[in-house]
Amino acid sequence: MNTIISTNREDASRRGWQYSLHIDVPLLLGLTGLSILGLVVLYSAGDKDTELLMRQFMRLGLAYTVLILTAQVSPRLLQRMAPWLFGIGIILLTAVLLVGDTSGGAQRWLDFGIVRFQPSEMMKIAVPMMVAWYLADISLPPNWLHLLGSVVLILIPTLLIVKQPDLGTSLLIASSGFFAVFLAGLQWRVLTVMAIIVSAAAPLLWHFMRDYQRQRVITFLNPEQDPLGSGYHIIQSKIAIGSGGIYGKGWLNGTQSHLDFLPERSTDFIFAVLGEEFGLIGILLLFAFYTLVVVRGIYIATQAQDTFTRLLAGSLSMTFFVYIIVNTGMVTGLLPVVGLPLPLISYGGTSIVTLMAGFGILMSIHTHRKLLPT
Amino acid sequence: MPRELTLKDHLFESRLFMSRAIILLVFCALLVLILFSRLFYLQVIAHDHFITLSDDNRVKILPIPPTRGLIYDRNGILLAENLPSYRLDITPEQVKDMQATLDALDGIIEISETDISRFEKMRSRKPRFEAIPLRFHLSDEEVARFAVNRHRFPGVEIQAGLSRHYPLGERAVHAVGYVGRINERELQTISTSNYSGTSYIGKVGVEKTYEDILHGTVGHQQVEITAQGRALRVLSRTPPIPGNNLYLTLDSRLQAVAEDAFGDFSGAAVAIDPRNGDVLAFVSRPTYDPNPFVNGIEVADYRALQQDKYQPLFNRALRGQYPPGSTLKPFVGLAGLEMGLTNPGTGTYCPGYYTLPNRKRKFRDWKRWGHGPVDLNTAITQSCDVYFYDLALSMGIDRIYEYLHHFGFGEQTRIDIQGELPGLLPSREWKRRNRNEPWFPGETIITGIGQGFTLSTPLQLASATAAIANLGNRMQPRIVLARQAVGDDSLIPSLVEVSETITIQNPDNWHAVMDAMVNVVHGERGTARRIGEDASYQIAGKTGTAQVFGLKEDEKYDAEKIDEKLRDHALFIAYAPVENPRIAVAVIVENGGGGGSVAAPIARIILDQYLLDEPV
Repeated sequence: MNTIISTNREDASRRGWQYSLHIDVPLLLGLTGLSILGLVVLYSAGDKDTELLMRQFMRLGLAYTVLILTAQVSPRLLQRMAPWLFGIGIILLTAVLLVGDTSGGAQRWLDFGIVRFQPSEMMKIAVPMMVAWYLADISLPPNWLHLLGSVVLILIPTLLIVKQPDLGTSLLIASSGFFAVFLAGLQWRVLTVMAIIVSAAAPLLWHFMRDYQRQRVITFLNPEQDPLGSGYHIIQSKIAIGSGGIYGKGWLNGTQSHLDFLPERSTDFIFAVLGEEFGLIGILLLFAFYTLVVVRGIYIATQAQDTFTRLLAGSLSMTFFVYIIVNTGMVTGLLPVVGLPLPLISYGGTSIVTLMAGFGILMSIHTHRKLLPT
Repeated sequence: MPRELTLKDHLFESRLFMSRAIILLVFCALLVLILFSRLFYLQVIAHDHFITLSDDNRVKILPIPPTRGLIYDRNGILLAENLPSYRLDITPEQVKDMQATLDALDGIIEISETDISRFEKMRSRKPRFEAIPLRFHLSDEEVARFAVNRHRFPGVEIQAGLSRHYPLGERAVHAVGYVGRINERELQTISTSNYSGTSYIGKVGVEKTYEDILHGTVGHQQVEITAQGRALRVLSRTPPIPGNNLYLTLDSRLQAVAEDAFGDFSGAAVAIDPRNGDVLAFVSRPTYDPNPFVNGIEVADYRALQQDKYQPLFNRALRGQYPPGSTLKPFVGLAGLEMGLTNPGTGTYCPGYYTLPNRKRKFRDWKRWGHGPVDLNTAITQSCDVYFYDLALSMGIDRIYEYLHHFGFGEQTRIDIQGELPGLLPSREWKRRNRNEPWFPGETIITGIGQGFTLSTPLQLASATAAIANLGNRMQPRIVLARQAVGDDSLIPSLVEVSETITIQNPDNWHAVMDAMVNVVHGERGTARRIGEDASYQIAGKTGTAQVFGLKEDEKYDAEKIDEKLRDHALFIAYAPVENPRIAVAVIVENGGGGGSVAAPIARIILDQYLLDEPV
């Protein structure tokens, strides 16, 4: 590709301020657009709670700081860090299961006195890094042995997180690993075999699910079965989105949202608030920003100069997309309820920081490319 | 550049990556397409459906209960009103820890054990999302104190409403009645939509009889509500139609005087305007305060009322069935005259007892040594039993029944207060049907003096007395004078109806009986002469004594010796003024002893109040 055989003209174009600051402007624009839209919707979803808005604003501030800082770390260093980060992550995940804090029925937190830390968040980045590291030096497409190795690398953290239990995060981590392997050139016949194995294992998976997880699946298949119980969330969010129509009911005018019918509307179900108040138009705007971010991320991956950065950038971008589609699919009733926030829009904690760290890596990859000698 | 020197085919890998990236982008686009088809379905195709659902969610139709009609007496004095009252409601669904909430509330407002037990009882029966009252009639101070602390109590709210109140308390309660909370049985009989916002329903008295008129028609408002059911704003409103106000025929001052006249005695008095059937006073003693019943009387208080040996809850005027005793004599006498079996001049001799031909049994006169020669006038004036034994026997039970039932004995007067009992006017047929026994002549004899099987209610006696005063036109007794729609000054009067017009064979017969009744009060030997001595108007009356305790034929009645409960009932019927009767009254004093000495003075107080103190 043209990045490998670079020209002087291209070199010159890299000499902008973006390169010295390690910032990718299109990506930053997309992220900023999403953050602003997110704050606007959150103001309404939180019933004009300015305190809530300020907390989210501070969190975004922290996340953008992390973004800038991560962008300064060179991909080489990231590559060297990968096994260490992954190893520490596995140890912490094991620790969580042994001594972790329980909150909301799930054991996800490690309490270090001052800071409460969620190791699964760190794994969202450590797993794609590790898989990319593992596949970086081999000749692609990976052979059976490497595939097996990758599966083990993905499966260990995934299962540890499933055990917490945190189905949403484990899904993200498994898919981040999967996308790295897929981008590395996973053979189609292998993919077919894997698909068969997974569908065969589905009843087995059902067997291992917790009651509330099973209930979610049942509810997904038939939400009207228990409209005031487990089906309530999804019925109310469908009503919110559907009643929004094309143009929406207007900002702060969503009846479903403001009259308390919509549960968890600041967090996991914030997409329904957007759909109700801004209608299809608002959702299109949101997806315009999302598309910008995802496409730019994939583009960065295609422009990357080596296998590690390529796989990492591709995997991070695709994981971001999975985030989006799982949340919106859940809120519109296309997918079962899986506790995942709408990235950059939902009110909430560590996930925004992790996401921004991921985008920092993307920026780093794009802005640390070497000027190849001709 | 070590990477450049490996065996990796960079160009191939780069191409492979590119193709995979494109596949993924297509995959993403496909998923986004599916998502947008879904959104298109939700927001465009099924939009109307979801708008409806959202409105159903958000908009609730809440009933607005109508204001219950007020009840006044004939002079416009309030007997039943609606007072603003504050109620504390708890919605269990929104309360995390009920015990903690109740404990914390206790410091702010007063909560009794009874409040809690009633609350818990209702809580176990109602759905969790429904508000349940904990306390009624909060004081202004309690309302203010709660308002300050309100943030501490999610799910607890103060409801302003109207609560029924009876300003005169125990006065006239047996006529007015009271309202109470709607119970399960009543729910079956009422239109649930019209009562959807109402918590009270008439339980007894006029409140019950005129429930439909007093209640009004429910209104509705569309309100926007939260998922917790809290109303935010009103979208549209159909106002309720308030119930009609009622004006009763009662004169509350007369009522008060009549009630007080009984002192500690139990009994009943009914005063009727003979010209139109207006019930001017409707007394049953002892009485009780209806106000605690409105929001549910405490169990202990209710039990105390129920177990009170004087039975204050018992409506004696409407449901008390007493032997009329000698008060029946004027009616029997009139029957004899009208049937031609006797005339004012014909007399008999009273030796103090009466025997059936060829029988040994003596029917005693109350005067052991007898009245000597008596005619109708003296027989009524002095209440001679022997005269009426003889007359009754010559008439026979069939003719007694035939004539007396025109005066309403043995049947309901159909007054507009529910629950009336008919009394009993015995007949041959009645005895065969109920006792499966033939009629004995001895029973005819004692029927002639109002004893035996005969029973009548105070209301019946008053109505029958009014029929004499009104010369045979027995007016339908009525308690409601008029009704009035709210916002309309005009009154809609109740109908004045003739219940029965008694055929008069000879007006002289009527006047003979009426003269005798005047003699009872104003004659030298009248049994009620004590109340006639200083009366400024003429009264016609008749005393009566009803035996509670059966005496053997030779036994002498001695009030001192027998238990209060077994003492005779004292009765008195009267109307006045004689020349133009405006009031007829029947008084029964339970276990009071003599009609002339106990019942007649009470009647005199009632007559005085009505005739001498009438507002100009």
